[in-house]
Amino acid sequence: MDSVMRSEGPRSEPDLVLAPPPPVRRILVEEEPTVVQPPAPGNGYVPLGGHGNGLTTQVRRREPSSAPKIERMRTEGVSIAYGEKLAVDEVTIPVRQGEVLALIGPSGCGKTTLLRSLNRLVEITPTATRGGTITLDGEDIDRMEVTELRRRVSMVFQQPNPFPMSVFDNIAYALREQGSRRPRKEALHEHVADALVRAGLWDEVGSTLDHPALRLSGGQQQRLCIARALAARPEVLLLDEPCSALDPRSTQVIEDLILKLRDEVAVVIVTHNMQQALRVADHVGFMYLGELVEYGPAEQVFGSPREERTREYVGGAFG
Amino acid sequence: MPTEGIAARLPGRRGPGPGASSAAGTGFWSDARVERLLGAVACLVLLLIVGMIGFVFAKAWPSFADNGLAWFASGGDVDLQLEDIFASPANPAEYVYHLRAWPLLWGTFVVTAGAVTIGIVFSLFAAIFIVEFAPSQVNRVLEPVVRLLAAVPSVVYGLIGILVIVPWVGEHLISLERKESVANLVQLDGASISVGILILTVMIVPIMIAIVVDALRAVPRSWTEGAAALGANRWRITWTIAVRTARPAIVAAAVLATARALGEAIMLSMVAGSASFAPNPIDGITFLFEPTRPLASALVENVEGLSVVPFGETLFAFAAVLLVSSMFLSLAGFVAKQSMRKYGVRP
Amino acid sequence: MSAATSPLDSVRSWPLRDRLGYFAAWAAGMALIAIAAAILIYMGYRGAQYFNLGLLIESPSSSLNQAKSGGFRDPLIGTATLLVLSTLIAAPLGVTIAVWLTEYGRPAGLARAVESAIEVVAGTPSIVLAMFGLILFQEWFGFLTFDAEGAVLGRSFIAAASMMSLIALPLVVGATREALNSIPGHVREASYALGKTKAATIRRVLLPAARPGIGTGAALGMGRVAGDTAIVVVLLGATLQILNGGDGGVFGFFKGTGGTLTSYVYYNSPAGEGLAPEKAYFAAFVLLGVVILLNFVVARLARRREPAWIR
Repeated sequence: MDSVMRSEGPRSEPDLVLAPPPPVRRILVEEEPTVVQPPAPGNGYVPLGGHGNGLTTQVRRREPSSAPKIERMRTEGVSIAYGEKLAVDEVTIPVRQGEVLALIGPSGCGKTTLLRSLNRLVEITPTATRGGTITLDGEDIDRMEVTELRRRVSMVFQQPNPFPMSVFDNIAYALREQGSRRPRKEALHEHVADALVRAGLWDEVGSTLDHPALRLSGGQQQRLCIARALAARPEVLLLDEPCSALDPRSTQVIEDLILKLRDEVAVVIVTHNMQQALRVADHVGFMYLGELVEYGPAEQVFGSPREERTREYVGGAFG
Repeated sequence: MPTEGIAARLPGRRGPGPGASSAAGTGFWSDARVERLLGAVACLVLLLIVGMIGFVFAKAWPSFADNGLAWFASGGDVDLQLEDIFASPANPAEYVYHLRAWPLLWGTFVVTAGAVTIGIVFSLFAAIFIVEFAPSQVNRVLEPVVRLLAAVPSVVYGLIGILVIVPWVGEHLISLERKESVANLVQLDGASISVGILILTVMIVPIMIAIVVDALRAVPRSWTEGAAALGANRWRITWTIAVRTARPAIVAAAVLATARALGEAIMLSMVAGSASFAPNPIDGITFLFEPTRPLASALVENVEGLSVVPFGETLFAFAAVLLVSSMFLSLAGFVAKQSMRKYGVRP
Repeated sequence: MSAATSPLDSVRSWPLRDRLGYFAAWAAGMALIAIAAAILIYMGYRGAQYFNLGLLIESPSSSLNQAKSGGFRDPLIGTATLLVLSTLIAAPLGVTIAVWLTEYGRPAGLARAVESAIEVVAGTPSIVLAMFGLILFQEWFGFLTFDAEGAVLGRSFIAAASMMSLIALPLVVGATREALNSIPGHVREASYALGKTKAATIRRVLLPAARPGIGTGAALGMGRVAGDTAIVVVLLGATLQILNGGDGGVFGFFKGTGGTLTSYVYYNSPAGEGLAPEKAYFAAFVLLGVVILLNFVVARLARRREPAWIR
């Protein structure tokens, strides 16, 4: 806080003899520059941007999971183009259960397009073409029924999109609309409750399952969408910037949820928020202009990136 | 500082004194005046319409009063009753009002309900076809054609009906035995409720398709994409998400179509038959070939007699029934749409 | 193709319920195409078969041998006259009401009442409107109608056009309201901020911007007016030829009776005199042409890009 007292100059006609003005006093709050010691590695902290970059931002890491890592999906040399424009260029990346894969990169780098190719949602766009292979548990996904693929690989979108139905009907949607026999409501109740528990939403909506889903808050709606995606017990969960439309508190709740889920499903999350990637991801893929520039464990990509472009992005040189 | 000069110096304050209250405006056309003028025009039209409704009911009252609730019952030949009314003596005390209008009401109901029911189902599936499954080249032709068909005048449909369909039905679908079986009651010459329902359905379907197609296309992409991402196939997505979201529009289309069907006079008078007969479902298949005369057609065919007082009042009674039906219909549609608001489906 | 579908989603794998739905949709679509084609092709065929441009120029004659004599020039003029007259009445009225409803609308109860009244008119059968018009013009406005040796019959172009305008009115009001509502609020605010009165804003900014919408509404209304038969039969006298209403000159013309294409078709079909189905077909063909033209105008107006408001 600065407070400066300004004294007036002498008047032309000094009727009064003013006392000499007090000396200007600047009241400052001394701020000690915070000296952050780069902690020893293994202490749970990772400086962003690599050592010697001068950044002092610290992010608390989470514990890695102890569950076995099973490879669920794999893309081999996948390229995707919209008409003439190449969006994804020869990407090979594995997706494993027991860990969270984060795709990071600046806008337009192709990470969302790559994500959407994993459940063949890219095909909806008429001008999209795809090369390379993607496998789910060894099977080529192009040879599967697309509806079955999407049952096994679920997706949560950036904007929460609960259907205009009750909470119960939303969650039960995946269970009802996949078979020819329409299951009874009582039989579904157990699955719905289970999905809500896994999504951490049961306490809040368990007693009001028949209320319209659109009346929930934004964070609750997004968790509802996650519960809905989990209801049919998929093998892979795709998250397309799930927290970008939410407030920080909801974001934290969902990040904790993601960490809890990674043992049951393989999680792929696209995010443009590097701190978020650092908080939740085990492996990170950095994409730039459609290319997978670097892929590796999160500590390595953020702490000591191999590529120059990665270093620049992670250090905040561009975004 | 003195304030009296300010008002004179501020712009726009030189308008008419007490009249220009809140809004600005100089000269004759101040905002307040314009608002009053426009409002007056709207009020005039409102009064005209209210006057019309009141007039119809006022003119219809004597017919209802004389017959009581039996007006709606059945009993006797409506055509003969109308002749008697027309032939009433000139003395007001001796006016004849006797009427049992059930055949007309039943005929109206059968034709309208039949056409709207078939029409709604057909329109829904046709709209799904256009939005979901039709190749785009087909759509480029089909959609303008549908909008065109919605504008074809009813007299053209009636012409095709009376010159082509009615004779065909009369010759090829109605056997001689059938004609003889009811010859004592009514003549089966092809002009029948089935032709009426058929052509009426064709008439109301285009506008329903147009409304439903617009509504299906307006469903937010996030919902249909979300459903696809959950593994639902194309039909499921359309049926459980798009059609469900479009329900208010489907209701609106049904209301609109029913109103059009109720008011259809010319086409039905050309093809549905020339006898005010109440088709009898007990007759089995013959039921479909029996003629009838819906209310609106009865009006158009008898309107020359409007100047004969009791006859005119009877006709206005028919008109009153039509008016009440269409107002009730709008109300029912409004209520139905409100009830769908609950889950976030915006009407 | 719709939004969320994938071309590789094969129907064969769907459950039976869904396959039935799929085939039902295709069946409905095919039936729709077949019916539309049948109507248009049949009318085209008949129109070509009985094509006779001379009919457009000749007046109807009152000879007994209808099949061989006379054209329908008078009904054609009748249709045109009604279209113009009713639009002249309906358009200003409709725009006025729409402007009042969207820009003013006070008190709210009155606005709701006006809206409901317009809806009632939209749902009223035209025959009811015709009956009301007949009494109205017979008893109150007889001076505007045809004079047949002093006995007022309540029929004239003016009478018919007045009631026809009620048919076109809801369409004009609806289209204008939509057009006005789609103009974003900041346009109005910008105009007020420049010191313009509301009236001037409406006149100089909003109405010109809403012109395509108003045009669409007017064209839709004209389409309905061109196709209506009931009001013509009741209020226009449905005489074959245009008969002047006694005074002579232009005003007499409007006071007179006549027919339109619709009533001409009606009376030449078996429902009327029925003696000349060939002329009925050709008249219907011409009528269809008029309607197609109006539809085309509507489509062009609707497609024309309204000024792109920056939102």
